[in-house]
Amino acid sequence: MARIELTDLAHAYGDTAPASPDGWALKPLTLEWEDGGAYALLGPSGCGKTTLLNIISGLVAPTRGRVLFDGRDVTRATPQERNIAQVFQFPVVYDTMTVRANLAFPLRNRGLPDAQVRERVGRIAEMLELAADLDRRAAGLTADAKQKISLGRGLVRSDVSAVLFDEPLTVIDPHLKWLLRRKLKQIHHELKLTLVYVTHDQVEALTFADRVVVMSAGRIVQSGTPEELFERPTHEFVGHFIGSPGMNFLPAHWRDGRLWVAGQPMAGALDAHLMERIAAAPEGRLRLGIRPEYLRLAPAEQPGALHVRVEHTQDVGTHRMMTARAGDTLLRARLPLDAAPAGEAWLAVLGPHACFYLDAELMR
Amino acid sequence: MKPVDQKAWLLVLPVVLCVAFSAVLPLMTIVNYSVQDIISPDQRVFVGTEWFRSVLRDNDLHEALLRQLVFSLAVLLVEIPLGIALALSMPATGWRASAVLVTVALSLLIPWNVVGTIWQIYGRTDIGLLGVTLTTLGVDYNYTGSSVDAWVTVLVMDVWHWTPLVALLCYAGLRAIPDAYYQAARIDGASRLAVFRYIQLPKLRGVLMIAVLLRFMDSFMIYTEPFVLTGGGPGNATTFLSQYLTQKAVGQFDLGPAAAFSLVYFLIILLLCFVLYNWMQRVGTGERHDG
Repeated sequence: MARIELTDLAHAYGDTAPASPDGWALKPLTLEWEDGGAYALLGPSGCGKTTLLNIISGLVAPTRGRVLFDGRDVTRATPQERNIAQVFQFPVVYDTMTVRANLAFPLRNRGLPDAQVRERVGRIAEMLELAADLDRRAAGLTADAKQKISLGRGLVRSDVSAVLFDEPLTVIDPHLKWLLRRKLKQIHHELKLTLVYVTHDQVEALTFADRVVVMSAGRIVQSGTPEELFERPTHEFVGHFIGSPGMNFLPAHWRDGRLWVAGQPMAGALDAHLMERIAAAPEGRLRLGIRPEYLRLAPAEQPGALHVRVEHTQDVGTHRMMTARAGDTLLRARLPLDAAPAGEAWLAVLGPHACFYLDAELMR
Repeated sequence: MKPVDQKAWLLVLPVVLCVAFSAVLPLMTIVNYSVQDIISPDQRVFVGTEWFRSVLRDNDLHEALLRQLVFSLAVLLVEIPLGIALALSMPATGWRASAVLVTVALSLLIPWNVVGTIWQIYGRTDIGLLGVTLTTLGVDYNYTGSSVDAWVTVLVMDVWHWTPLVALLCYAGLRAIPDAYYQAARIDGASRLAVFRYIQLPKLRGVLMIAVLLRFMDSFMIYTEPFVLTGGGPGNATTFLSQYLTQKAVGQFDLGPAAAFSLVYFLIILLLCFVLYNWMQRVGTGERHDG
């Protein structure tokens, strides 16, 4: 188990540092992860999260920067020297071995005594419900079972610095996904290992991790608890990416001593400090972000409410999803089932949940 | 009852015709010869299974068959491990990979009789580089005089000519293994040997099966190389089955026995390939408990 620190880390595929900042697969970043935490790296495909994971595990040597485990520099150390475990996106099993031999492989390679190997393999097989298949050959099993073996090989060593998961549940069917995710969470509590989980699925990341690192185009856009990512996205990307549907963004500007949102003048109290900064923001670069969950219908002409034209509403079981238009901007609002707006409506957009963004960055 | 329409058989007809003209009819000619004594083009006698009985009792044939089996076994034992080793040491990417691929594939482009001629000259003790070098080093090498030397020369020739095929097949097989396997092995702390034993070898099973079958069938039919080198000699040292068959059919014009022999030859290859194939199918998939 280890505390993981990344200092001024950057990576480019190829031999030399790229000339332009866009050439980096991973732009310079600094990060610190506590021992025993559950972390998620979340981002769309190609954002550099797997590269980052492979640098942490030692499969890829970074072009620049340092990787520290418990303060020890391991930047050039092999995965074995770092004592790391990693589970990959697609199941990797040793076809000619039995399930038991597969699970025991990492332990045998490190020369553990038989009794200990048996004990660990038995325990992990029990946890992952593989006990009945232990003496079967790994080659004939389903993709689900094979991935469970891969997970098992990742978890079988008790002394690892960290266990890294690279989208491990991609090939697993949805029903089992829930089960395995709960299992991983449970294993984390039992074994107190540092776990790092890479995924492009926000639900997976938010339910698994204590802290989520959101990445986009090779850089970290926000690192925080699931709640922070939802309540105060520090970047418009995070607002879009987290939540379903994502955050609404409306053009805003300050003119004639008042705030205009989507071309409509707003009345209503704003934090004085924030108001000052909004007033100073150059025209055209300010946006108001608000989650669909926090949009509420308001009485007509209420101060701080936005006039919208309702495009359509949809009953999605537990609530009603409204799509509306304010000027050129489409808005989505998650309303209670009994709300039935039609034609025109007013939505309360200002309040504690409204976030202001200058050039896509959150204003504080 | 489902309606039955037998007209669908017509769709198979083109294939039946193709196979008939390409394989069945030529084979039937041989079957036809094998049960007759051809005295002259318009005089023939039906002899039943006589040729088969005499061929199966032919002592020279038994010796040729044994020689052939030993030779094919030697070919497999040398070429398969050597081909795997070559493939493992070939670079995977970059211009070096292309350069090495072309170099390795070069010998495959040379016709059999040219290969024979090359080695015939190469091994000569008066002007051949190999022969002269060996003689200078004090090795008593002479493929026209020594049975062992001739046999080894034919084997080396085959290895030189065909190991690249095995290497290329294995190379393709190795490139098809996803990186994740190697990464997982590094994470699991597997040694180089364990990576070969538990990842590369099992993943090469398919191509190795093809390589073994191809090399077995091909070496079992070897003809040109010993023909060019020594014509099957010295003595009968390099008279393999094909040499023997040709001596019978062309040399002595014994069409009946030669035809019977051809059929037996064909059945032997078929049988051995069948056994090899089934054996290799089972290797690595049977219920064994490792570890």
